[in-house]
Amino acid sequence: MTTTTEKTANVPEQSGEKNAPLLEVRDLHVEFHTRDGVAKAVNGVNYSVSAGETLAVLGESGSGKSVTAQAIMGILDMPPGRIPKGEILFRGQDMLKMSADERRKIRGAKIAMIFQDALSSLNPVLSVGYQLGEMFRVHQGMSKKDAKAKAIELMDRVRIPAAKERVNDYPHQFSGGMRQRIMIAMALALEPDLIIADEPTTALDVTVQAQVMDLLAELQREFNMGLILITHDLGVVADVADKIAVMYAGRIVETAPVHELYKRPAHPYTRGLLDSIPRLDQKGQELFAIKGLPPNLLNIPAGCAFSPRCPKVQDICRTEVPALHDVAEQDGTAMPGRRSACHFWKETIHG
Amino acid sequence: MAETADVKEPNVSDVKVSDASTTAEVEAVLDAPVERGEPILQVRNLVKHFPLTQGILLKKQVGAVKAVDGVSFDLYQGETLGIVGESGCGKSTVAKLLMTLETATSGEVFYKGQDITKLSGRALKAVRRNIQMVFQDPYTSLNPRMTVGDIIGEPFEIHPEVAPKGDRRKRVQELLDVVGLNPEYINRYPHQFSGGQRQRIGIARGLALNPEIIICDEPVSALDVSVQAQVVNLMERLQDEFNLSYIFIAHDLSIVRHISDRVGVMYLGKMAEIGTDVQIYDHPTHPYTQALLSAVPVPDPEAREGRERIILTGDVPSPANPPSGCRFRTRCWKAQDKCAEEVPLLAVPEVFAGKQTPAAHESACHFAEEKDVVHAA
Amino acid sequence: MPDNKTPQAGPAGVAGTGPSTAAGLADASNASVASAAEVIAEAGKPESREKARSLGQDAWRELRRNWIFWVSGVLLVLLILMAAWPSLFTDVDPRHADLRNHYLGGPQWSHFFQEDWFGYNVQGQSVYARTVYGARASIIVGVCVTIAVTVLGGIIGMIAGYFGGWVDTVLSRLTDVFFGIPLLLGGLVLLQAFTNRTVWTVTFALTAFGWMQIARVMRGAVITQKQADFVTAARALGAGTNRILFRHILPNVLGPVIVVATIALGGYIATEATLSYLGIGLKDPTVSWGVDISAAQKDVRDGPHALMMPASFLSLTVLAFILLGDAVRDALDPKLR
Repeated sequence: MTTTTEKTANVPEQSGEKNAPLLEVRDLHVEFHTRDGVAKAVNGVNYSVSAGETLAVLGESGSGKSVTAQAIMGILDMPPGRIPKGEILFRGQDMLKMSADERRKIRGAKIAMIFQDALSSLNPVLSVGYQLGEMFRVHQGMSKKDAKAKAIELMDRVRIPAAKERVNDYPHQFSGGMRQRIMIAMALALEPDLIIADEPTTALDVTVQAQVMDLLAELQREFNMGLILITHDLGVVADVADKIAVMYAGRIVETAPVHELYKRPAHPYTRGLLDSIPRLDQKGQELFAIKGLPPNLLNIPAGCAFSPRCPKVQDICRTEVPALHDVAEQDGTAMPGRRSACHFWKETIHG
Repeated sequence: MAETADVKEPNVSDVKVSDASTTAEVEAVLDAPVERGEPILQVRNLVKHFPLTQGILLKKQVGAVKAVDGVSFDLYQGETLGIVGESGCGKSTVAKLLMTLETATSGEVFYKGQDITKLSGRALKAVRRNIQMVFQDPYTSLNPRMTVGDIIGEPFEIHPEVAPKGDRRKRVQELLDVVGLNPEYINRYPHQFSGGQRQRIGIARGLALNPEIIICDEPVSALDVSVQAQVVNLMERLQDEFNLSYIFIAHDLSIVRHISDRVGVMYLGKMAEIGTDVQIYDHPTHPYTQALLSAVPVPDPEAREGRERIILTGDVPSPANPPSGCRFRTRCWKAQDKCAEEVPLLAVPEVFAGKQTPAAHESACHFAEEKDVVHAA
Repeated sequence: MPDNKTPQAGPAGVAGTGPSTAAGLADASNASVASAAEVIAEAGKPESREKARSLGQDAWRELRRNWIFWVSGVLLVLLILMAAWPSLFTDVDPRHADLRNHYLGGPQWSHFFQEDWFGYNVQGQSVYARTVYGARASIIVGVCVTIAVTVLGGIIGMIAGYFGGWVDTVLSRLTDVFFGIPLLLGGLVLLQAFTNRTVWTVTFALTAFGWMQIARVMRGAVITQKQADFVTAARALGAGTNRILFRHILPNVLGPVIVVATIALGGYIATEATLSYLGIGLKDPTVSWGVDISAAQKDVRDGPHALMMPASFLSLTVLAFILLGDAVRDALDPKLR
């Protein structure tokens, strides 16, 4: 595969500092100007991913998890979207300050994205082989024949049976799971450093979902890629993530390594989510339900955005926006990677 | 075929068929109450084939999509029967057939002993009053041009005998209150509500006629996690309050386990396995059920190393051209020649027959064996 | 490796997934449109909102903010006033001819609203008065044909779309047959049969050959709505055909039909003028823009104003209706918001 690794962007290689994150999002804000007012979709998000690491961004619809990803990819519609503040550092360089040309070279070659709906992301009038090969023709100037051979190789790699015979088929001739594999193949084509997968398996059946997640995890290990997995499914997250960022109303409310989060959530929203999902292995009583509705982004509650739905709400929650505190053990030992945006994180995690 | 001959296939003979013939008699039968725990709905060998045609003027049938191909089950009064399966397994078509929204190709649906697939006119309307439906997509199942009051009040306009005209507005407001919405929202339009609130409106519409059975086709799968729990709890509360029987169709196995008393697993138009929730989830005997259960991601990172995952190869075959014999054999790791030749019947497997074990429940597999895939090793 | 090795290939597959550039860009924008929609949908919570707000009221809110709507609206109000009460604009008799004094008299641009504002035609009649009075025939034909076509085409399309099967096959083929006949040709042939041609005969002829487009739009919209979940829900409640058609389907298909009809209205006015110009539509005692254009063409070198003024009004009217249709479509189609 050495022939495919060509430097397509003028981005400095990871130099001396080995632990520098691949991608770092700093204080990102995104708003949409609608006729009803300004919808604040993302309000100061910070997260980072290193090579070989899987970050799961967990949130419900309207939490800003997909909008953040689109801002990273530079595929936000602007207008109505606007990024008033923030930095998106890829290998230390702020992508928001790059020219359109520079960003385009990173997109696809260095950072690739997988969407939820594979059917509408593929062009229905071009064969799958042509679309896969296009990555090589466009980015690397390969000949048509070589590109096709590459396409077959990629299809083999994502374990599409009979790749050679199917390379000239059209997207509608593949099943949902196979189409999602083709999307993965496309994302992998230029061996990117980072893959952003936005609900990659939500549209798939359970048994196919397992196949696709397995494939994705295996390829990630093989290429030592960073992976940002955007999802609302607590089960999928538990299966593949290394660390988790929980989003609510455009903010990160909690970050934690995966095992820690499920064992001891440090934010009432996370706790509520975990309590509200039914279990496969036991029959519970009545489900715990978080009361109320996700907030209106045009009119986010003052103070903590979760306060109107929070069972532990106090006066301070309605007036003061909680910072993302570092979480520590009861005896004060730091818990690396754990943060919570709750005034009462101590009570939530220890009490 | 000696070994299959003595296996009892669910048959019409075990249904207490009503002998009502005139419309009035039929209506009387349909309005009679059913004891708790007695079968209220009995489905026998239900088949729905959608013809595949060619040609514009003279349509020629060139095949059929066998969406539902011989499904039988009972629904008991007051219980929740969950039906799970992947897309294309025919579970939504079953819902439409039970609602008589589609005409069955063959087979019977007995509601209180009355075959509703043969009814029409007033008798059918009486059935519709008693069997209602909640839809999957709360965004498309409410008419965007009608107010909430009109949507929930429409059942009364169609069945004026249920509520006199002057009472209707009050009834609608009561229903809004029952499903946890502010009764003052009566004049609002659907697009002013969020997904969860819309689903509550859909449920209120389903409740309006005081039905006995509600068929829920993926009622929470379009909703956010935190809202799903609210709606599931609401549905459980309403079941107790109004003495309802539910058929709960979904692809989310965890929610089905939570809400169901019994569960049926469908694959390619057939029922693979059916039993109580403990029998299906803790003692599955059909390999498809086992694969399905093991594939569900469990929200517990500790389980990810310990749990055995059965990853199936390939995709669900097309229902237009299903495999011979057992439909699951093309993806089954246990498949043998017998599976291609003989269709396994839905019955208690012989190995477990007569034994007092939770594994002794109906399962359509020649080589059924128990395997707990849900609980980590 | 230097980056100039990268082939210059326009916007490369966006997100590393987009195949051809167009498709790639489409993905990307779809994705973010969806998220914007998500955000906006979330914003539409009832708590902070006034009471009921129907889609019609929403459309009106949208329409009010569109300047195209106001421009076309003001124009159309003026034209409709002209058609209904021409005497509000002029007290000159459009049929009064004074050949001796006014043969092809030139326009006096500063004489606003006066007899000689637009000059005189070859008969010595006031072009201004005739233009004002000519609006009536055009507007009546345009509006009546549109109403008739919407009703006729709408019914045919609705029956074909809702009942499907052989009914649809027959009606759709019938529509295709009529589509094969150009509106103008059909109108010409049919009008030959009438010796006494009024606005009503012209309306009849244009309706007979103009209903197909509405029928097609209606059929398509009905087929889409027929499969909507809320229609299934109504059927599950036991609703009859009438209720489903008129209460559930019709209100939801009116939008596209209204848009097509409004845009087509301008076309009918133009066709009426063309027929009159060809001498097969309205005839002399009736004052009409088409008749005047036809009469003025012979003297276009000596008195171009006699041709230009009715022609300009005709174009303006057609344009106003098309713009209105556009504005209405923008307001009714929430996807474009």
